[in-house]
Amino acid sequence: MEEAKGEEVTLFGFWSSPFVHRVTWALNIKKIKYKYVEEDLCNKSDLLLEHNPVYKKVPVLVYNGKAIAESLIILEFIEETWKENSIMPQDPYEKAIARFWATAAGDGLWQFFITEGKEREEALASVINNFELLEKELIGKNFFGGDRIGYLDISVGWISYGVPIFEEITEFKIITEEKFPLLHAWMEAFSSSEFVKDTLPPREKLSERYRKVREAIIQKKN
Amino acid sequence: MCSNGPVLLDFWESPYGQRVRIALAEKGLEYEYKEEDLFNKSDLLRKSNPVYKKVPVLIHDGKTICESLIIMEYIDEVWSDKVKILPSDPYQRAQARFWADFSNKVCECGQRLWQLKGEGQEAAKKEMIEKLRLFEAELGDKEYFGGDNFGFVDIALVPLTSCFYTYETCANFKIEEAAPKIVAWAKRCMERESVAKSLYEPSKVYDFVCFLKKHFGFE
Repeated sequence: MEEAKGEEVTLFGFWSSPFVHRVTWALNIKKIKYKYVEEDLCNKSDLLLEHNPVYKKVPVLVYNGKAIAESLIILEFIEETWKENSIMPQDPYEKAIARFWATAAGDGLWQFFITEGKEREEALASVINNFELLEKELIGKNFFGGDRIGYLDISVGWISYGVPIFEEITEFKIITEEKFPLLHAWMEAFSSSEFVKDTLPPREKLSERYRKVREAIIQKKN
Repeated sequence: MCSNGPVLLDFWESPYGQRVRIALAEKGLEYEYKEEDLFNKSDLLRKSNPVYKKVPVLIHDGKTICESLIIMEYIDEVWSDKVKILPSDPYQRAQARFWADFSNKVCECGQRLWQLKGEGQEAAKKEMIEKLRLFEAELGDKEYFGGDNFGFVDIALVPLTSCFYTYETCANFKIEEAAPKIVAWAKRCMERESVAKSLYEPSKVYDFVCFLKKHFGFE
């Protein structure tokens, strides 16, 4: 790992946050050395609140004493600050597509996970519609970034470990090899990549956390 | 009208569409404007934005770009020889993206403000004031959010200012009392041709919102 231009890079995060994972992967790909600070989300540090007064959330990246919040914004900052091992497409249209899917890809998934009955069916329809379009973005490519992992892979990377957990808990398979062969292959390729595989939280621990969150939400509604 | 120039699918009152109109005007770009009937969306819109089926959509060189802030970045990158909308320093760019994204939260809050009544509306009003005060702190004594240059955050936020009268009338409060610097900034922005030509009279926006309230049963 190279020194980050002699300046300190700090990442404030939480072990299960998919938004934090995005930043971790980008830092890994760019080979940036950084200090990691695990936050207790029930007892947020003064430093975190100082660095992100608007949302008070993780992730926050601090570089040269300056704080950047919001994971996708942090990804673009990392790309623009450390030029090597580029993660963004060069072409403005390709960038626009990547930026669009970075947020749109997950639409409906959380709703699908935390709702039941008709609400869940509607969310599922939206998820399937999006995944069908997202699948087309992988035609002729191993990753959304082409031959190697890029911004969009990093942005939607949480799908590779999150969706199987959602599927297990809701007992419903969304990404099957038959229906989404390219997405299915991408999930395997992404999660086994050298930049990702050692960063994933223990599956049982993560699954348990999501299970509890879902139960609490559904219970509150009923 | 240049046949290979951009085409903008839009709706007159959409603050998101207005952002794109302002950005195109700031860059001095000619384009074809196509007004959508949001109650009877065109096949072109549905095909161009299959995920959200919403305006604005920019069609350029046979390609479609959706989401107003993404369109703005695209415009800045393609027509990079014209006046810059985003700063060049990575940290300044991150800040600009952050506050532009935050202005989306103001818009969502504004919708709740006119859709809800009672406690829900009060909560939305409190939230709106809080958010505008955060913007005010960010603006400080600068002429624009971009400093001396009218830029990304200014373009993202300014369309919402023509909704201020609507918010005030629906929820019975005065934005100038809560965020006077923002109101002053809005007046400065309206002196720019790009803004004046893209925004509508606050009373016209209010009339449209009243129509929406009736149509969707928010009364």
